[in-house]
Amino acid sequence: MNFDLTEEQQMLSDSLRRFVTNEYSFEKRGEIIQSGHGTDPATWSALAEMGLLGFTFPEDYDGLGGNAIDTLVVMENLGRGLVVEPYLATVVLAGGLIRDAGSEAQKADILPGIASGERLLALAHSEPGARYNLSHVQTTARKDGDQFLISGQKTAVLHGSQASQLIVSARTRGNVNEESGLSLFLVDRHANGVTVDDFATHDGHRTAEISFSKVAVSADNLIGTLDNAFPIIEKTVDLGIAALCAEAVGAMEAMNAATLEYIKTRKQFGVPIGKFQALQHRMADMFIHTEQARTMAILAASEADSDDRARRREAISMAKTLVGQAARYVGQEGVQLHGGMGVTDEMFAAHLFKRLTLINLLFGDADHHLAQVSDGLLAKTA
Amino acid sequence: MDLNYTPEQEAFRAEVRQFLDDNLPDDIRERVQKRLRPDKAMTERWQKILFDQGWGASTWPKEFGGTGWDPIQQIIFEEECALAGAPRQLDFGLRMVAPVIMTFGNDAQKQRFLPGILSGEDWWCQGYSEPGAGSDLASLRTSAKLEGDHYVVNGQKTWTTLGQHADWIFCLVRTSTEGKPQQGISFLLIDMNTPGIEVRPIIMLDGEHEINEVYFDNVKVPAENLIGEENQGWTYAKFLLGHERTGLANVGQWKALMKRLKAVAREEQDGQRPLIENTRFRDRLAQLDMELRALELTVLRVLTDKRGPGPQASILKIRGTEIGQQLFEMLMEATGQDAIAHIPDALELDYNGPRSGSIDATPAAGDYFNMRKLSIFGGSNEIQRNIIAQLVLGL
Ligand SMILES: Cc1cc2nc3c(=O)[nH]c(=O)nc-3n(C[C@H](O)[C@H](O)[C@H](O)COP(=O)(O)OP(=O)(O)OC[C@H]3O[C@@H](n4cnc5c(N)ncnc54)[C@H](O)[C@@H]3O)c2cc1C
Ligand SMILES: Cc1cc2nc3c(=O)[nH]c(=O)nc-3n(C[C@H](O)[C@H](O)[C@H](O)COP(=O)(O)OP(=O)(O)OC[C@H]3O[C@@H](n4cnc5c(N)ncnc54)[C@H](O)[C@@H]3O)c2cc1C
Repeated sequence: MNFDLTEEQQMLSDSLRRFVTNEYSFEKRGEIIQSGHGTDPATWSALAEMGLLGFTFPEDYDGLGGNAIDTLVVMENLGRGLVVEPYLATVVLAGGLIRDAGSEAQKADILPGIASGERLLALAHSEPGARYNLSHVQTTARKDGDQFLISGQKTAVLHGSQASQLIVSARTRGNVNEESGLSLFLVDRHANGVTVDDFATHDGHRTAEISFSKVAVSADNLIGTLDNAFPIIEKTVDLGIAALCAEAVGAMEAMNAATLEYIKTRKQFGVPIGKFQALQHRMADMFIHTEQARTMAILAASEADSDDRARRREAISMAKTLVGQAARYVGQEGVQLHGGMGVTDEMFAAHLFKRLTLINLLFGDADHHLAQVSDGLLAKTA
Repeated sequence: MDLNYTPEQEAFRAEVRQFLDDNLPDDIRERVQKRLRPDKAMTERWQKILFDQGWGASTWPKEFGGTGWDPIQQIIFEEECALAGAPRQLDFGLRMVAPVIMTFGNDAQKQRFLPGILSGEDWWCQGYSEPGAGSDLASLRTSAKLEGDHYVVNGQKTWTTLGQHADWIFCLVRTSTEGKPQQGISFLLIDMNTPGIEVRPIIMLDGEHEINEVYFDNVKVPAENLIGEENQGWTYAKFLLGHERTGLANVGQWKALMKRLKAVAREEQDGQRPLIENTRFRDRLAQLDMELRALELTVLRVLTDKRGPGPQASILKIRGTEIGQQLFEMLMEATGQDAIAHIPDALELDYNGPRSGSIDATPAAGDYFNMRKLSIFGGSNEIQRNIIAQLVLGL
């Protein structure tokens, strides 16, 4: 057993932390969110220069050969500063998927571009009415000569409008909720028949609703094997969940720091409000939740790359459940302890709360993942 | 003991329902039911309709133009209004300052201020809190000095809800620094159009403008606008807070929202089935439903108690706000990932653009964020627990 970061990971963490503290102020973040595109090219190239955009790609594709623990280190620091860049969408989800399932040609074509910061991709998988069921796909890809025609509707496509290419899941066989019969395609976001509605999210990120109407893609754009995409979709989502757990830990840590500072300085009844035991216990519970969440984020990261499906899925769902519950507690109490200030747009704590809330809603909330663990328990004891 | 409504009360309910059927404008109903952005004109229009019916003030006695209804009738009225999709009437005038004026004001003040509150012509806001005086309200510093026939007011109020629309503000001001802080406070009514008043917006975490800072720079207020006696304001303020807290139980609104939540749970899809068939979600819905029922009956029990609410009002405030917050949280969870998109324009009735998910998803997360205020204002829930511990339990 060893919970220590390697020397390289520690150095990376320190330098990214310095970057976020010094170069990514709350004010600057606000300006980025208000800007038309909602992302910041300068921040993105700085991350590229630090080697973070290709971190987990093989060295042959301009990467550093890192793993999910490296992603944990990155995400925790991005979470601490509430960085709104498409790291999850492009690097973790799309990049991870191409790395794990792409052909040599696809990897050579795409990964170096992501690593250098020149290329943004997004994963278009969720569909209206699916809620958190990964196999609920109605979008179809119909074979038409030597190409495929894709039709359907995707929702909650994180940074979908900012991406130049989309990885789209579509049904090439079978019925709506079947795990088999799914395939993945690389689709140009500006291709004929692609309609994108770009939205800001409550936490300053971007999301898109995207519809596909007989969008033609060549057979070269199939990622992985026909009809067998479900395992890779599931694994990619697990990588995303592990990353979100780490991000949440960073945001919780920032919330605790901000709240602690606030209750030490804000005075009512002649004393700092941190003197009231009612608040001390809440602060102590926020701290306990965060430490438990940190442990679970480490568990998620250490299993995220695993091909042992049952084991990986259990760790991921356990982590997402407990991290989600912790995020809810820390977010709500952080706001509450700030009093009226906590519900204003000018306070960092309010923005941390919003991000923590949305992290819980992405890729399955605490209820959903509790159900996964619970069903797994039933299966094991049967 | 009998937990059923009497036939007279049921008849009253039917009468209210009929009135709402006939008189609540469709656009207002739609706006409220879709949980769109509230709007001043809508609130005023609805107040006028109620006023014309003689129902402008459901909690006032007849002598001031109120309905003279008993507490049960008031509850029935509120509940029917909420279920029909009527907007909430503005509390600041009707339920806060009006009872103070009726109880502690002089005849001239009653004649001058109550009619405008009743008709909805005058929009009131509450000037209690200050940057340095939140939970510790008695430490407030905004000062009022008597100079001849008027007071000169200097200082700052904050968190002033809907102060941007207000014609009048009722303020707690410091008229003396002698003795305990509570002893030097007075209750003053101030015309928002007086020179020297400046209102600055505070944007809330959902991006909306609902609260304000109000600055007073040598503002001249006629001495006749003082309620009761100088330095007795704390007594009036506490009287008012008791009214505010009972109002915050908000059972009617929560019942309407619960009804909506149940409908949303049927409409939202969870893969192959409606969300309501997800037992984990449904259990939590059932739990909340029970808690709401307990709150509803507790409110009725307290309101029909001859001894009056007293510190028990704190129970209603705590439970009412916690249940409300959970309702908004579950509405957000029910719409899932669709709730992440922030589309401010879609909070207007005439919006026809794209959205993510159903119309219930559009306001879901913003409402949830905004409603964190419920456990902070009106005396935070920590302060309410202190009140129960100290005043009820004697700790
Ligand atoms: C099964 C058992 C085994 C034990 N074994 C040992 C042992 O091996 N060695 C040993 O030395 N002691 C032992 N103890 C004693 C134990 O340490 C004391 O019971 C404990 O310190 C609490 O003290 P008390 O019982 O006097 O309760 P009190 O101190 O009177 O506390 C009563 C309640 O008030 C709360 N409270 C007290 N002070 C505060 C405060 N400042 N803030 C908030 N809440 C407060 C407590 O949490 C508790 O809920 C044991 C106790 C039990 C029940
Ligand atoms: C949206 C909104 C609308 C409002 N509208 C109005 C309005 O129209 N008019 C008006 O006058 N005011 C209004 N308020 C102000 C509201 O009443 C105050 O925010 C509230 O009294 C808390 O004060 P504070 O914000 O200064 O927090 P603080 O008093 O600084 O409290 C910070 C935290 O410390 C806790 N705390 C403080 N003292 C204790 C204690 N002794 N024991 C344990 N915990 C304690 C609080 O519960 C809170 O969690 C509004 C507030 C909000 C958020």
